[in-house]
Amino acid sequence: MNSIFSIHTIRFISLVMLQVIILNHINFLGYINPYIYILFIALFPISTNRIVLILLSFLIGITIDLFLDSGGIHAGASVLIAYARPVILKASFGAIYEHQSIKFNTVDFGSKLTYFTLLTITHHLVLFSLEIFSISKILLVLRKTLFSSIFTILLSIIVTIIFSRKSK
Amino acid sequence: MQQIINFILRNKNFLLFFLLFGISLLFTIQSHSYHKSKFINSANFLTGGVYNSINNISQYFSLKSQNKLLAEENKTLRLLLQNANVQVDSVFIDTISFKTPYRFYTANIIKNTYSLTDNYLTINKGTIDSVKQDFGVISSKGIIGIVDKTGGGFSTVISILNTTSKISAQLKKSNHFGTLTWNGKSPEITQLIDIPKIAPVAKGDTIITSGRSSIFPKGIPVGIIDSFELDQAENYYEINVKLFNDMTNIEHVYIIENINSGEINSLFDE
Repeated sequence: MNSIFSIHTIRFISLVMLQVIILNHINFLGYINPYIYILFIALFPISTNRIVLILLSFLIGITIDLFLDSGGIHAGASVLIAYARPVILKASFGAIYEHQSIKFNTVDFGSKLTYFTLLTITHHLVLFSLEIFSISKILLVLRKTLFSSIFTILLSIIVTIIFSRKSK
Repeated sequence: MQQIINFILRNKNFLLFFLLFGISLLFTIQSHSYHKSKFINSANFLTGGVYNSINNISQYFSLKSQNKLLAEENKTLRLLLQNANVQVDSVFIDTISFKTPYRFYTANIIKNTYSLTDNYLTINKGTIDSVKQDFGVISSKGIIGIVDKTGGGFSTVISILNTTSKISAQLKKSNHFGTLTWNGKSPEITQLIDIPKIAPVAKGDTIITSGRSSIFPKGIPVGIIDSFELDQAENYYEINVKLFNDMTNIEHVYIIENINSGEINSLFDE
């Protein structure tokens, strides 16, 4: 328990720092940034209490908001995907999820990609709707969601491949 | 009673989600209205400190371009100094009570965004340096924004690249004035609206601040007219203004304090 706790603390701080120091300054083609801190929510152990996950998602979102002066948009989007995570898990992993025995290192690549994709697109759609906050600019919201999602999913997959421990 | 407690226990996940989502929504709505008091801003000790230490490193990468900008500014100032016809029309008893309405401070930008729809900057001057809300911020080339929240050693600045920002601006060649806004699309182009139809607008004209608000003095450069068209009612121009400032590359800025702003604002309040 103790080691799990410290792993997640380190992951929390390093993802926030990575996001704030590097990824918020990429601005590819003017406005496309990856938001990779949602990996913290995606890779959180499934067996843990959902309340803990929702609270921690709020915390990581509000920390990013604090750095970006963006009100509560990251907090809102993060809390939403933390709450919706069981549904997304069920949709992408199916039967394995019922047995509560998913190890993110061992599941096959296809369902992992589906999982990240669903999570990222939900998060980004809420994020950019809250950021732009205007129905008349719906096209801008969708465009930002599409491009940023592609970027985030690619980067999440790469990061999980690099940092995955080989199962012996 | 038992049933209420059961209900809360059964739906505790949803209730917690609802509460936290509501809080985030509240913060978001507050951030979309101009100058509402909000707790989540980067002018505090933690975020300001982090940005300051990052900036200490990253400023080395832009030393050359920033040096060039400062040298250019020195050149213009030297030109002004050489060509100035100093006319003394009144005598001051001592230099301390010298009555200039504007006071300038220098500051460094430690955080800059330009890809969101509501962009804020963070600068390394705060209440310790007597920076307050509604001070103007300019660079050597033109306007940057208005001070929003101040913390101890840091402040946030509403960038002109913010959809809630509204700054009074005018044509340089005539006194027709309008409001400078931003539509959230390109960080190079802002929009000047409410310029009356009879104004002599032409592509390439210079836009300056109008001095009609108590924030900026008259004549701070803004940009040049890129394109213009009449609005739907065909009474006012909507002008796209290409900024003099490269908002993606700014480091050294000046904060302007209008000493008379309290007096001016109290007139409006009555």
